[in-house]
Amino acid sequence: MDINFVGLIITSIMASAVPLILASCGELITERSGVLNLGVEGMMIIGAISGFAIMTVTGSLILAVLGAMLAGVLISTIFAFLTQTLITNHVATGLALTIFGIGISAMIGKNFVGIPGKEFPVLFGSLKDAIPFLSPILFGHSIVFYFAFALPFLTNYFLKKTKIGLILRAVGDSPDSASNQGINVRLVRYLCILYGGAMCGLAGAYLSMIYTPQWIENMTGGRGWIALALVVFSTWNPIKILIGAMIFGGLTIIQFHMQAIGVRIPVQFLTALPYIVTIIVLVVISRDSRKIRLSTPSSLGKSFYKDN
Amino acid sequence: MLMKLPLKNLECLWEEEKLIKIVKRDQPSRAIFFLTPVLAIFLTLVSGGLIFYILGFKPFEALKFFFIVPIADMYGFSELLLKATPLCLIAIGLSFCFKSNNWNIGAEGQLTFGAIVSGGIALLFYDQEGFYILPIVILAGAIGGMLYASIPAILKTYFNTNEILVSLMLVYVSKLILDYLVVGPWSNPEGFNFPETRQFSDSARLPLLVEGLRIHAGIFLALAAVVISWFIFYKTYLGFQMKVSGFSLKTAKYAGYKGKKMIILVFLISGACAGLAGVGEITGPIGQLHREISPDYGFTAIIVAFLGRLNPVGIIFASLVVAITYLGAETAQIFMQIPKYTGQVFQGMILFFLLASDYLLFFKIKFIGSKK
Repeated sequence: MDINFVGLIITSIMASAVPLILASCGELITERSGVLNLGVEGMMIIGAISGFAIMTVTGSLILAVLGAMLAGVLISTIFAFLTQTLITNHVATGLALTIFGIGISAMIGKNFVGIPGKEFPVLFGSLKDAIPFLSPILFGHSIVFYFAFALPFLTNYFLKKTKIGLILRAVGDSPDSASNQGINVRLVRYLCILYGGAMCGLAGAYLSMIYTPQWIENMTGGRGWIALALVVFSTWNPIKILIGAMIFGGLTIIQFHMQAIGVRIPVQFLTALPYIVTIIVLVVISRDSRKIRLSTPSSLGKSFYKDN
Repeated sequence: MLMKLPLKNLECLWEEEKLIKIVKRDQPSRAIFFLTPVLAIFLTLVSGGLIFYILGFKPFEALKFFFIVPIADMYGFSELLLKATPLCLIAIGLSFCFKSNNWNIGAEGQLTFGAIVSGGIALLFYDQEGFYILPIVILAGAIGGMLYASIPAILKTYFNTNEILVSLMLVYVSKLILDYLVVGPWSNPEGFNFPETRQFSDSARLPLLVEGLRIHAGIFLALAAVVISWFIFYKTYLGFQMKVSGFSLKTAKYAGYKGKKMIILVFLISGACAGLAGVGEITGPIGQLHREISPDYGFTAIIVAFLGRLNPVGIIFASLVVAITYLGAETAQIFMQIPKYTGQVFQGMILFFLLASDYLLFFKIKFIGSKK
């Protein structure tokens, strides 16, 4: 097989991993602070339509990307207010967020169906053919692409080496002692939820503006849920998210190539592959219940209420 | 003296400002437990009106088309019951799971798989008549739903796998299986390659209740589920165990309840209910298998279960209320060109407001008169 062709396949796997990395890294921060936000799918789809709509209306790509992140922040504010201030159940609130998000996005998106997207500028485009194999992998991608592959390392550094990261982990692992140390648990969790919202919004914008530059109803197609599964897969370690996202990106890409080669497997089975593999991977990871218990943020999904 | 005066004033001010005080209740209020769903619906209507206003519609007119016009005649009422039936059935099943702290959110997949299994059986008998066909088809649907629900249950109990993610992933898988079947091996040989199966024989169809209306005998399945679940919840040891596990898993363990057995049981029950809802759809209004057998009933039923407070009678009312959002979305689209997704937005809002108003369950807002 041509080595350049292999390079192209790896590139397309990386491209399809980008939204998963962004959303998972965002959710990882949220979960590390002890909050389980199941609204990833909803926040992503809101980001997707906001980005596309702002781009179409204003014509500005920068505004669109920022707007999508802001939309993610706004929608996650609802979740933050409910779970942190009104102390609602995390699971139910997250589900409501997803249902609400899908509805709102379809409502706004009605006027944007069938409109072609815009070309997103790429970095180092001139170097694309400089080196065989490596060039297409390294050069000629959008800024979001590079950001996504830097994000797991940044997140890792932030969590392990900075003071704020330490505070964040303390809040997730033992909110009571953190609170006794004078840390405002609620504030930390608010910020983590909003950050998760911003990253999911960005992931959505990547889908609708860069990956497949158009608006299709329900275009996230379960990626938000796979991102959630990736966080479990990674045992809350950002670097492992990178590996997981590449595996799932690979599964998405493989189906296209299998069809192209003419493998006689029904297309539906190939499409179902990422979901089935998610289940299998979850089973394999979770079997070791001790490991899961040790790496899960201890207060994950539990409400924190301080009487004052 | 001079120093003391402003300080005293300040104290007074501070006292005065504390007109409202939020106090934690000793016990969740029972009256509010059943009143907050009503409050949630009211708040949803208000914000719905607001959304319509923002979109440039007259809010009251839009709300009228959304919530009153669709059920103003006999046909509309029958459609309401038709939509409420699967919602009620699934929500009853889900309440078994939710009561005992099991997050089965894949009822949509269990519905689809139940429909696939029962549809397959119905297709075997497509050119036959006989009283025995319908019961077999219905049973097959329940078994199909149970089989599908047993996957997250077994993975949760024996492999410690998160049931939320597994049950949800299986929704996508079930829809793809259905898609494969209706496009491929099960597609109607005389169907000009439309993605649909043959029509089922009349013996595999649920009888209509009123000639000319679509409401069918599936509603009795839902009502039976309500009665049986009420009995189980409030009159049996199993119901008690579920309640205890819902409050505190530790207590349940300490009391020696067989946790694993119960997890599997509640999943099987909710899978059976979802499967039956699937049967009701394909042997009732649809009469064959095709790609879109359910407008996300399985997901919407989660909202119904919460809105009905996991109480069988409450779920009846909740399913009727939420069913209106389906009809209203269609009517509002036809008459006012309001996008049909507004229905989903309403459903999301109902759940938001319901969860938010739960705050009143645990906290009291006290109005204190200013002390002077």
